[in-house]
Amino acid sequence: MKTAVFRIWRGNAAGGEFRDYETGVSEGMVVLDAIHHIQATEANDLACRWNCKAGKCGSCSAEVNGMPRLMCMTRLSELPLDKPVTVEPIKAFPLLKDLITDVSWNFRVKKKIKKFKPRPPDAPDGTWRMQQEDIDRVQEFRKCIECFLCQDVCHVLRDHRKYDEFIGPRFLIYVAALEMHPLDTEDRLEELRETQGIGYCNITKCCTKVCPESIHITDNAIIPLKERVVDDYYDPLGWLWKKMRRKKGSGGS
Amino acid sequence: MPDYETFTHDVLIIGTGGAGLRAAIEASAAGVSVGMVSKCLLGKAHTVMAEGGIAAALANVDDRDNWKVHFADTMRGGQYVNNWRMAELHAREAPERVRELEAWGAVFDRTKDGRILQRNFGGHKYPRLAHVGDRTGLEMIRTLQDHGIHQGIDVHMEVCVLALLKDGARVSGAFAYDRERGRFRIFRAKAIILATGGIGKAYKITSNSWDCTGDGHALAYHAGAELIDMEYLQFHPTGMVWPPSVRGMLVTEGVRGEGGILTNNDGQRFMFDFIPENYKAQTADNEEEGWRYTQGDKEARRPPELLTRDHVARCIVREIKEGRGTPHGGVYLDISWIKKRLPKAEEHIKRKLPSMYHQFKQLGDVDITREPMEVGPTTHYIMGGVRVDADTQMSSVPGLFAAGECAAGINGANRLGGNSLSDLLVFGKRAGEFAAKFAREQSLGGVDEAVVKKLADEALQPFANGDKDNPYTVQRDLQEMMQHNVGIVREESEMQSALEHLKVLWERTKEVGVTGHRDFNPGWHTALDLKNLLTVSEAITRAALERKESRGAQFREDYPEKSAEFGKVNTIVWKGEDGGMQIRRETIPEMREELKRIIEEMK
Repeated sequence: MKTAVFRIWRGNAAGGEFRDYETGVSEGMVVLDAIHHIQATEANDLACRWNCKAGKCGSCSAEVNGMPRLMCMTRLSELPLDKPVTVEPIKAFPLLKDLITDVSWNFRVKKKIKKFKPRPPDAPDGTWRMQQEDIDRVQEFRKCIECFLCQDVCHVLRDHRKYDEFIGPRFLIYVAALEMHPLDTEDRLEELRETQGIGYCNITKCCTKVCPESIHITDNAIIPLKERVVDDYYDPLGWLWKKMRRKKGSGGS
Repeated sequence: MPDYETFTHDVLIIGTGGAGLRAAIEASAAGVSVGMVSKCLLGKAHTVMAEGGIAAALANVDDRDNWKVHFADTMRGGQYVNNWRMAELHAREAPERVRELEAWGAVFDRTKDGRILQRNFGGHKYPRLAHVGDRTGLEMIRTLQDHGIHQGIDVHMEVCVLALLKDGARVSGAFAYDRERGRFRIFRAKAIILATGGIGKAYKITSNSWDCTGDGHALAYHAGAELIDMEYLQFHPTGMVWPPSVRGMLVTEGVRGEGGILTNNDGQRFMFDFIPENYKAQTADNEEEGWRYTQGDKEARRPPELLTRDHVARCIVREIKEGRGTPHGGVYLDISWIKKRLPKAEEHIKRKLPSMYHQFKQLGDVDITREPMEVGPTTHYIMGGVRVDADTQMSSVPGLFAAGECAAGINGANRLGGNSLSDLLVFGKRAGEFAAKFAREQSLGGVDEAVVKKLADEALQPFANGDKDNPYTVQRDLQEMMQHNVGIVREESEMQSALEHLKVLWERTKEVGVTGHRDFNPGWHTALDLKNLLTVSEAITRAALERKESRGAQFREDYPEKSAEFGKVNTIVWKGEDGGMQIRRETIPEMREELKRIIEEMK
């Protein structure tokens, strides 16, 4: 049987090292299979998160050969196996142990974003009417599986550690999904500019590149949000007009 | 005394999937304090993997649909051993629960006139499943999660409950550890809701996540609650079979709902070969009619690929067994053929089944818009679980509630696709409502320190065992044993041998050792999960032995027919005085006349 060497980060916040593990390679195998095999045989206490092993839950994020990936969707056949495959934790969040980081900051950020506030129902039976073409974009953003790979690769978080001033690409598309929801009547533009730091994004599109759901984070969410913020803030007439229109919209029709 | 931290909530919910979240929203809205405990991170529970949709008789696509048709479909699918009151409540309340999700921000696919779109699914007479492409579970869990976080619910993530604590007959709390540091926690609560999902990890080939280890089933059982219908384990007919690393991964029934067909290696569409008597009247007898049904022709009857899951799974097993399988031991599921019928079929498939397209392309090197998939049955869902009161969801232990997959009754001998997500919503809500009511009427129960000490010692035992046995090896041996002995096709001697194997596995479990520290140690967690897996495996085996007939998901080679006598009973499992598992049959209560009439009318 063909084998491969996995160079896996072992350690915690206090320190650690890469250790090499050798494992057999079979057809169709993914990186998470190798981690499981190593766990079951050589390193019972090797910590990694995973749930579905089908690319749907976004738990097994890690950096494979330096690239942020879901381990369950990374085939060994796409990696060079003549040298060790490095597997290490994502870097934007504090390390807990081995491949696991403390991602709780993300959950706290989400809680601070104003919740969905629908307009009154369109029909007497309490239901709404929306056309498919009007929700395509929102559905694209709602494909997000919260793997936080976009957060990991965003330099504002990863390198500049602006956790108190910037919410990261994941939550910018979250806000975009709410703002572009045809039923929503809430206004989130002021905090996007003031506390959520949309201005920090300088459109390097790294987040879009690593998204396992192929969401066009920058082009479809962040840039349109930036435009809205700019229109809202720097154009006083437009600002007044939109304020009135938004008020009317939220009143229901 | 062991070192532990104590948390107190009026209502404690174990599990943060669809049922747990819906229960939490309801309970907190009723004004009680709510805590949730999850083995994983919020939003990652197995609900996230649900693909096809939420069954609810909204009648948006076919106005002939209503709760009565849904009720009759559910009972027929469950072979009439369902808890009929639960089936009734479910069918009546599901539409409101779906509309409520929209009010909380869910964005379902739309009909041309802008309403929630519904799709065809196995066993449902009319297009009934509200959906978002093939990622409905993600939409549902995210909607509940994002709504719930603004309700003041405390979520304890990556915390695992090891035992329920009792004060006399009633439940009074839970003993747990946090995965991150391995520290013990005690949760004191006036009422507890189990919403822990399924048991798929007792089997080798499964569509389930690592966390589906039957925790709620086992916690309830060891706390003295009864389990019901444990023999009914659903094998989803279509799981991936190749490559080996993805074996068992789910292929949504939505593929067949959109017109996908099953063929064997002779290219024959074998599902037409045998259509059960009670479905003949509503099943197409030719390919043309079946196709028209999937395209919304109201005069057409549904194709046999959309018969119930138990039946389709058995037909697939038959094809494979009789030598008509694919190279990797499955059958073909083909959606690409629709290009003969539809313009722009490729785009249509990618739009309606995006995750399936992605999953096969990325993991199996198969382009489903051009070639057929290879599929075979995979352990998917357990109909059996904690026996609950239909209206309140309380178990036989006062203060202990259950909802979702770990509770039982609604599905009978076989669950219809789409009825799980609606079950989570309907009974999650009810559990939340009645647990809150119970909590308001009760004071906090006591916690026995001696019991806690014993539980803590047991939990730490694997660290003292050294390397006698490996928890991963025991888990794998159990999975292989259950797959082989208590799988789709069952018979007496194999199941008796399963009971013998289980005895040995129980002994080995006491001996498993782990290395390393208590901080996030998956080996230790695997060791602690074994007790739950073994408990549910034994319950499944004993119940399957007790039911000497074939019905729904239970197929006995030694009793291949349905029996009228067994059609009147459920099997009940509970923990006896001596700690051994007990089993009895109990007669199903007489159905209300009004409901009987509905079933008669819909035949």
